[in-house]
Amino acid sequence: MARIEAEVGKPQGGLMKWIDDRFPFTATMKYHVTEYYASKNFNFWYVFGVLAFVVLFIQLFTGIFLTMNYKPAAADAFASVEYIMRDVEWGWLLRYMHSTGASFFFIVVYLHMFRAMLYGSYKKPRELIWIIGMLIFLVLMAEAFAGYLLPWGQMSYWGAQVIISLFGAIPWVGDALVEIIRGDYSISDITLNRFFALHVIALPLALIGLIFVHIVALHEVGSNNPDGIEIKKNKGADGVPLDGIAFHPYHTSKDLVAIIVFLMIFSSVVFFAPDMGGYFLEHANFEPANLTATPEHIAPVWYFTPFYAILRAVPDKLWGFILFGLSVLLPLFLPWLDRSRVKSIRYRGWIYKSALSIFVVTFFSLGMLGMMPAEPIYVLAARVFSVIYFAFFLLMPYYTTIDKTKPVPERVVYHA
Amino acid sequence: MLKLTRIASILVINACFASLSAFAAGGGAAMESANIDPDNINSLQRGAANFMNYCSGCHSAQYVRFATIGKDLDLSDEMLVENLMFNAEKTFETIQTSMPANDAARWYGKAPPDLSLMARAKGADHVYNFLKGFYVDTDSPSGVDNLQLPGTSMPHVLWELQGYQAARFTDHNNDDGSVTTTFEGFEQLTVGKMDSEDYDEFVRDTVNFLAYIAEPVRSERRKLGVWVLMFLAFFLILSRMLKKQIWKDVK
Repeated sequence: MARIEAEVGKPQGGLMKWIDDRFPFTATMKYHVTEYYASKNFNFWYVFGVLAFVVLFIQLFTGIFLTMNYKPAAADAFASVEYIMRDVEWGWLLRYMHSTGASFFFIVVYLHMFRAMLYGSYKKPRELIWIIGMLIFLVLMAEAFAGYLLPWGQMSYWGAQVIISLFGAIPWVGDALVEIIRGDYSISDITLNRFFALHVIALPLALIGLIFVHIVALHEVGSNNPDGIEIKKNKGADGVPLDGIAFHPYHTSKDLVAIIVFLMIFSSVVFFAPDMGGYFLEHANFEPANLTATPEHIAPVWYFTPFYAILRAVPDKLWGFILFGLSVLLPLFLPWLDRSRVKSIRYRGWIYKSALSIFVVTFFSLGMLGMMPAEPIYVLAARVFSVIYFAFFLLMPYYTTIDKTKPVPERVVYHA
Repeated sequence: MLKLTRIASILVINACFASLSAFAAGGGAAMESANIDPDNINSLQRGAANFMNYCSGCHSAQYVRFATIGKDLDLSDEMLVENLMFNAEKTFETIQTSMPANDAARWYGKAPPDLSLMARAKGADHVYNFLKGFYVDTDSPSGVDNLQLPGTSMPHVLWELQGYQAARFTDHNNDDGSVTTTFEGFEQLTVGKMDSEDYDEFVRDTVNFLAYIAEPVRSERRKLGVWVLMFLAFFLILSRMLKKQIWKDVK
């Protein structure tokens, strides 16, 4: 039968072939999934990229349904969020998942970035992956900032007021820039409307586009590993890296375990502590925005506080803004600041190990100080840690050069 | 320039707040724990009655529907209509106050705030201590001030139940010439219908209800959360087994 069909010119190979003749489906699946080889010795730190994907999915999914019920107008926004919380079927779950997801997005992204610093994943040939990743981080910050205005609570309003007014410190164009961002002389209905547009359309589009490019760049050069060894240097006769295993089914089955553990932690927050003691949902944000009453203590949400602490540590407004911007942008230059011959912390000397440890303590401390009221003792501490923060990056070319490294093995370290 | 004045005004307002809270802190009144039990339906039912009888005359709870209260607190529609719905016709209505907001703002200087989310914004302990913190102050237009929220424009609505109390303060002269005011305690001036223990219970039930309306879904989400975690734990075991099976040949 088949032969007769072939003779009369019917397609062979079924639906898959029909598609593959028109779209590289099988080739793409092979290239990115079933024949994408990554090192078999991935550890705990390698789950956060996938988890960032999971959180992105949660945010997009819950966001769509929240958008169906939310009203982006100053007069209605706060009430519409309460409507979602009380009257919309499962609205409270959508809202809590979305608000918890915002914080978890930053948790997994910070850990994902820290992984890159542990194992030198930003070093050659992965500089572009790192730069695209930093752009993703910047867009994510903008996305979170725009989203935080939408509930139109006291902290939404005054937090945005403080952060947007920072741009006013820029000489000459500052005031005009602030007006362009707000679309008004103060934060108003107009600001809320445009932040809504940015939050649900412009920034998510940019985010998804950048994530796509991030993955394309990653799959071009291949994933790094905890040993910082290029697995493509040791290939078998079949052309497959000897230390590599296919993304699917090996890494996917491992990631599934990580995803479930993550979902258990995520659900614990969503169902048992959705405001996380005021860190994920600030108490003052349960009061509607009031233009005439400033909250006692305005603090950004926790994920911005390390940079906010640096901003407040500087007595001069313009310099505060510049250093604030620099503190966010400096990691972008890591591929060139880090002069070490080895990638992974496993083969670095005590200097980099100490520097990275001090950096972690500094980042945490700045985060805590950014939440505190600006009392002299806290400001002083923030100044000390700000200096350490910048020193970590700016002195890196020096201390990574003199740091004694250990020999890197030929093959990755793996015990089944 | 506009920006500068705004920042200046923010600073001034902040300074006022800081001095207020410094006074409250200097007052030495450690906050008592409200000690509410969100799973105690009887307490919540009593709190609902307290709220509708003593609070709803001036305060709305505009996001809270009677039907939701009925469902969550085991109250039938008839019980809602008879005991709680004084100015509402249908159970799907929300708790509105009959006092016009504009008049209220003129009478009190500030319209009584909506209480839907008060316990969540300020904390149950704050509300508990506020309701217990009224003391006689002849300088105040309402005749009372409040230890928890000094300068409040709310009169002591529950005076009939609690009676009036006075607050004892002592001034301490510091070496630098400043004066520290310390709160020493309350003194009962007139007797109310309730003794202090009954009044505490009354306030606790009311605060419990306020905490409930601030997040009606609280008990539902906690119950559901247990099931979600159990499901995920089961799924975790399966995924571990799957991973082990697939990774068997990775050497």
